[in-house]
Amino acid sequence: MSPLLVASGLQKSFGAVTAAADVSLAFERESVTSLIGANGAGKTTFLNMVTGYLRPDRGSIRFEGRELIGRSPREITGLGICRSFQIPQLFHSLSVRENLLVAEGIAAAEHAEEETEAVLARFGLAEYGAQPAGLLPEGVRKLLDVALALVARPKVLLLDEPTSGVAADEKFGIMDLVMGAVRGQGVTVLFVEHDMDIVSRYAARVVAFYDGRVIADGAPGAVLEDAEVRRYVIGQEAHAAP
Amino acid sequence: MSGDRTIPVLALACLLLLVAAALAPQWLVFLLALALAKGLVVLGLVLLMRAGLVSFGQGLYFGLGAYAAALLANRGGLDDAALMIVAGTGCAAALAAILGLLLARYREIFFAMLSLAFSMILYGALVKSSALGSTDGFNLHAREFAGFALAGGTERRLFFAASVVLVFGLVWLLHRYLASHWGRLSVAIRDNELRVEYLGASVYRVVYANYVAAGALAGMGGAFAALAVGHVDPETAYWTTSGEFVFIAILGGTGNVLAPFLSAAIFEGLRTVANQYAPNVWQMSLGLAMLAIIMFLPGGLWTLVRRRSAA
Repeated sequence: MSPLLVASGLQKSFGAVTAAADVSLAFERESVTSLIGANGAGKTTFLNMVTGYLRPDRGSIRFEGRELIGRSPREITGLGICRSFQIPQLFHSLSVRENLLVAEGIAAAEHAEEETEAVLARFGLAEYGAQPAGLLPEGVRKLLDVALALVARPKVLLLDEPTSGVAADEKFGIMDLVMGAVRGQGVTVLFVEHDMDIVSRYAARVVAFYDGRVIADGAPGAVLEDAEVRRYVIGQEAHAAP
Repeated sequence: MSGDRTIPVLALACLLLLVAAALAPQWLVFLLALALAKGLVVLGLVLLMRAGLVSFGQGLYFGLGAYAAALLANRGGLDDAALMIVAGTGCAAALAAILGLLLARYREIFFAMLSLAFSMILYGALVKSSALGSTDGFNLHAREFAGFALAGGTERRLFFAASVVLVFGLVWLLHRYLASHWGRLSVAIRDNELRVEYLGASVYRVVYANYVAAGALAGMGGAFAALAVGHVDPETAYWTTSGEFVFIAILGGTGNVLAPFLSAAIFEGLRTVANQYAPNVWQMSLGLAMLAIIMFLPGGLWTLVRRRSAA
């Protein structure tokens, strides 16, 4: 079967900074891939190009045979690619339940109320249901952000640093909940991550970025042992822990 | 949830106003009719404010609605109040549908100033057109409502009663709208447009729809005001009139569909009293009232109602 999402020859620069220098990647259906790399290596730029927030200077991104470049984030969301954000993007004056109801409403869910309660339970958010999203602890904000992205039942879920800014002992809990929610849903997951323990536990494939290029791509064991990755990604990461 | 009692309160308020229509002195009926008209405009403004937009140019649609209604009667020879209201609402909605295409792209101060600019264009045109009475405006001829002439006592009361029923029907619809997905989506847009787009909804379309609805409501308010006062002048489109609507909206708060009407009634009452007893410090007392509201009741007067019902 052909890959679900294929990026080829992506190039993007911001002035003198090259955020993508000829990036080509393909993702299979229902795969779980982690994107790693130091800050500024081009991971988030890649997510932003896939979701239509940034337009690459050159290259193409095809999803189920359709070209994504030139489409707006809204259109791409409609095609089935949803994302969460490094800084959770929530509706701060609405309660957690209302945040989900907004998403259910946009997705035109038939039983929005029931669906919302199910999502609250699945993500362990039930006790926060009535709280305004602006007052939540960071870990809960992260979960809600992912939960919002999943409401429309996407085919591809992009997670931008799902565990950053969260206490070390909560990280696995968050990832367990997120991966539990997508399991068996036929979702292809791409997540940007700095914590190598998380990467090796949850990803079946790791793509390492450095200076806008892909320097390693493969199974976690192989990529995390790669000399270049150790030098450019993990070496710096050890000091860049949040 | 918080035990929404808006519907019973709505029914009660409607009933009280109907009683007022029958029994209150003429001056009070006039004051309430004006408050009803302005409340409609402010209700539209609240719709925009829910989505995070403040228009300093609702006078455009208020003035347009008033002139359209008055011209239909004076020039078009159709002086039935119901038709005049339809004309005022329709003209305002049509213009809002055109200008909204542009304005729905703007936010914050740019939206506020651009809407103000459009209203001042209408003001300028009205002031310059001697055929429409220039700065003096013109009086409406005797008008009819379902076959009754609208000048005297009983007819005016009857007209007021009918407007109360119509307006409260609309208010009920808007209450339903705000409690629905679309109302929630407006607040979501105010909070985070990026997230709304990334969930797959068009921010532009929601803002546009709210803008057109707000314009239509302002036009209807303008037609009602023209009928109540019996006179139209360019002042209806002037920026201070628009500012007054924003003032009333903040005074009442955006928490509930009834707040604009309560607030408009208080505003008109205050003005009536102030005109009589303290005409020179009227604006100053308004300023002090606004200061007090912003400092002590940032959610508007409606906070008091909510606190009472919560207690």
